[in-house]
Amino acid sequence: MTMEEPDMQTLTPTTTNQGGVPAKATHGAAGSTDRPAGGLETRGLHAWFDRHHALQDVSLQFPENTITGLIGPSGCGKSTFLRLLNRMHEFIPKAAMAGEVLFEGNDIYAPGVNPIEIRRRIGMVFQKPNPFPAMNIGENVTAGLKLARVKVDNKQELVEECLTRAGLWKEVKDRLKAPAGSLSGGQQQRLCIARSLALRPDVLLLDEPCSALDPGSTLRVEETIIQLSETMTIVIVTHNMQQAARVSDYCAFFLSEGGPGHLVEADLTTNMFSNPRDSRTADYVQGRFG
Amino acid sequence: MSTAESLEPRHITVRRPVVDRVFRTVISSGALLSLVVLALIAGFLLYRGLEIFRDFGFGFITGEKWDIGNPEDTSTAVLGIGAMLVGSVLTAFIAVVIALPFAMAAALFIEYYSPRRLRTVLTSVLDFAAAIPSVIYGIWGYAVLLPLVESWSKGIERNLDFIPFIDVPSEIFGRSPFLAGLLLSLMILPIITSVAREVYGQAPRDLVDASYALGSTKWGAIRNVVLPFGRSGLVGGTMLGLGRALGETVAVYLTLNLVFDVNFRILASAGGNVASLIATKFGEATPYELKGLMAAGLVLFAVTLAVNLLATVVVNRSRRVA
Amino acid sequence: MTAVVAVPVAPTRPWQRRRAALARNGALVAGAAVMSWLVNARTDLSGFLGHWLAFSLAMPVLALLSSVRSGRNVATDSFSAALVTVASLAAAVPLFSIARTVWQNGSKAFYSSYLTTDMRITSSSDPLNMGGVLHAVSGTLVMVALATIISVPLGVMSALYIVEMKGRFAGVVRFLTQAMSGVPSIVAGLFVYATVVIFFTGFSAWAGALAYVILMLPTVSRTSEEVLRLVPDELRAASYALGASQARTTFRVVLPTIASGLLTAAILGIARVAGETAPLILTASYFVATSTNLNEPMASLPIYIFSNLGLGDSNAITRAWGGSLVLLVLVLVLFVSARVLSARLRRKRL
Repeated sequence: MTMEEPDMQTLTPTTTNQGGVPAKATHGAAGSTDRPAGGLETRGLHAWFDRHHALQDVSLQFPENTITGLIGPSGCGKSTFLRLLNRMHEFIPKAAMAGEVLFEGNDIYAPGVNPIEIRRRIGMVFQKPNPFPAMNIGENVTAGLKLARVKVDNKQELVEECLTRAGLWKEVKDRLKAPAGSLSGGQQQRLCIARSLALRPDVLLLDEPCSALDPGSTLRVEETIIQLSETMTIVIVTHNMQQAARVSDYCAFFLSEGGPGHLVEADLTTNMFSNPRDSRTADYVQGRFG
Repeated sequence: MSTAESLEPRHITVRRPVVDRVFRTVISSGALLSLVVLALIAGFLLYRGLEIFRDFGFGFITGEKWDIGNPEDTSTAVLGIGAMLVGSVLTAFIAVVIALPFAMAAALFIEYYSPRRLRTVLTSVLDFAAAIPSVIYGIWGYAVLLPLVESWSKGIERNLDFIPFIDVPSEIFGRSPFLAGLLLSLMILPIITSVAREVYGQAPRDLVDASYALGSTKWGAIRNVVLPFGRSGLVGGTMLGLGRALGETVAVYLTLNLVFDVNFRILASAGGNVASLIATKFGEATPYELKGLMAAGLVLFAVTLAVNLLATVVVNRSRRVA
Repeated sequence: MTAVVAVPVAPTRPWQRRRAALARNGALVAGAAVMSWLVNARTDLSGFLGHWLAFSLAMPVLALLSSVRSGRNVATDSFSAALVTVASLAAAVPLFSIARTVWQNGSKAFYSSYLTTDMRITSSSDPLNMGGVLHAVSGTLVMVALATIISVPLGVMSALYIVEMKGRFAGVVRFLTQAMSGVPSIVAGLFVYATVVIFFTGFSAWAGALAYVILMLPTVSRTSEEVLRLVPDELRAASYALGASQARTTFRVVLPTIASGLLTAAILGIARVAGETAPLILTASYFVATSTNLNEPMASLPIYIFSNLGLGDSNAITRAWGGSLVLLVLVLVLFVSARVLSARLRRKRL
């Protein structure tokens, strides 16, 4: 049996992205305490779909203001893991879980926690770009605020700010009233990122955000992600090894091997690609399977 | 290697066996027969009713009176279905206005609020409600709903008689357009609900997820994604219900007083619809009056067919989008 | 390698707080019940409907008030949830009332030979221990059987035309069949009256059955079409690959596979017409005795109900309720058998 040791795989933050986060103060509208926002950690996380055990015992830390790539072949549970991080998992009928997800030190699955608040602070971007088709570009950016019934005084500024951070402003500033469906796939995906940013989340989860995009759009989205990581914690699921190498500071490798998906190893991305501890990781990152 | 000069697909000729040719002919004629029936109905009603349209012209549609005069002399007859058409439209309109919000609620409840195990049960109950014969709705409406509506009407009229269509100067309530409309609303509720349920259930999952990921509540996701997505399907389902309400006979016959005056006072005991006119009059109709009923039937046929064709188009389009 | 001790981890659903939800909903219901009682005691409202109305209005209001401190968003959410629930329940109330009244009033008409006698020697106002519905039941069954024999082959043919043959007019046939399902039943009756009744048979079972056919055909053909589409193309390909003709493939492979589906189509068509009253008034009319003569008027359950209701006598009205009960049970039986059959078809993974 190849069971993983149940000890915690801890990612120790090194030198990336320290200091230089003045934006934190301005953007932490929800949690403007002294404690750094955006710390995320899982402890012994499991997931089930009905009786099917999909994910087994994952313990991981996501340091603030870094990008962590979740890699592994399809069906290894990495998307499931991602959906557990902002309580999207529970929308799947018959889904269940065990373990803890600590957001800024508190378990988001504890009784009394408002999942809506969690989802607002931990944003998510999906595999397929899914802007709201009935809304125009500008309305899409503020859709989250509308859904949350949050009043903003300077809507125009907010739209501009979010679209700028998502790297889309220059392309759409003259046609904010155009329907979202008129954008290209890559632009739509960046619009979805902007839509998440409008809620000023501390964490952004991206589920294979580029798998439906062409290479040019992919590069634009990747640039956007790297810029965003200066002010927020980012977790990105990807199939693409080059993408993981390009954008992520850390990598976590998942594998299912016929049983439930589990974490094989997690480390700095450079280590994972140059000097992996596990032979399966080496095989995968060098494209020998998956 | 063949050169790329003008490559054309070869035409394949199919020579079907005799048995297949017979088979296909039989099937085709069977299928076309149902079209022939439809055409026959329209054609025959038109043929029989033509004389009436010639005699009364547009007045047949707008006229309120239905009087055969001297049975021996057709020129003394005055036939018009204006009052009946108004009654048909008024009762059907009341039915849709009442049924629509409840149908939307029931569809949302089944798809998004009820426990999963209850869902199949509720869907079955809904489908069964659509299969309950209209004569049973009618007898129930007459025995149970009529006394209730009569007392409600009195109360409503007493308090709101400054509104023109609520005021009832005759103070005779009971078998009113409101009662018939309310009963019809119960009959079309399952139809609208079942179409609404289907389209709401097909709302794109990724947009619902996107709403949730933005911190939306369930209601937020429904209002933002499900309702806009289901709008055209709901319109189609409502029109199917409208078609059913326009053509209903027995339930209206039992719950609405047949009076040949245009009546917009929804609580007053007077009205009628085209279908119940036909059911009431055909028994002792003179040949000329029968032609009038055919013409009335043709008008009803045309109206419901138009409503249903439109509904079919709208529902199909909303399915295709999904 | 250290020995791995597999600690059993149980799946949980921390988002389902059953007990908390139960307590909250229980409190809401109790609160709304109290409010409804208070309102009914103070105002003109009374009875089941009065309480129901007050309760239905109180529920969403209480839901709103109880969650208002969690913010406007959550409050709107729970208000809407309560409103949707209450409105759906309200939509179900008439159904229960119909079932209850039909049962209560209808069972009064029943006595030992209600189902085995007819009204040949009994008048509608006679005491309730005489006469029965045999003629109506048998008439309905005869006419429905006749209509089924005619409309099922026709309906299946048009479905075959659309799905198997993919004929040139498939789209038109499909569209117009769907539109035909909206033809008001009285118009179908009027058409048969003006053609068959007046010129050929007079009021007769034949005429009634023909009116049924017009109404059944769209249901039968649409359902068979849906079932035919479930047959995988590999099945047809396999048959053609063995050199079978299209006719043989259809009769030996396709139709047997979906036999229970076609039965469902027939039953749904029957359920569609079994309760129809309007067309029968103009075609089959009514006859007090059990009869099998297709060229004469024939009784049916809906007309039995309708004509007894028209008499106004209290015994006649009770008979109308008795007929309603029989009719409702008949439709229920048809409905349940259609459900069971289509569930069986689905289990075959078709």
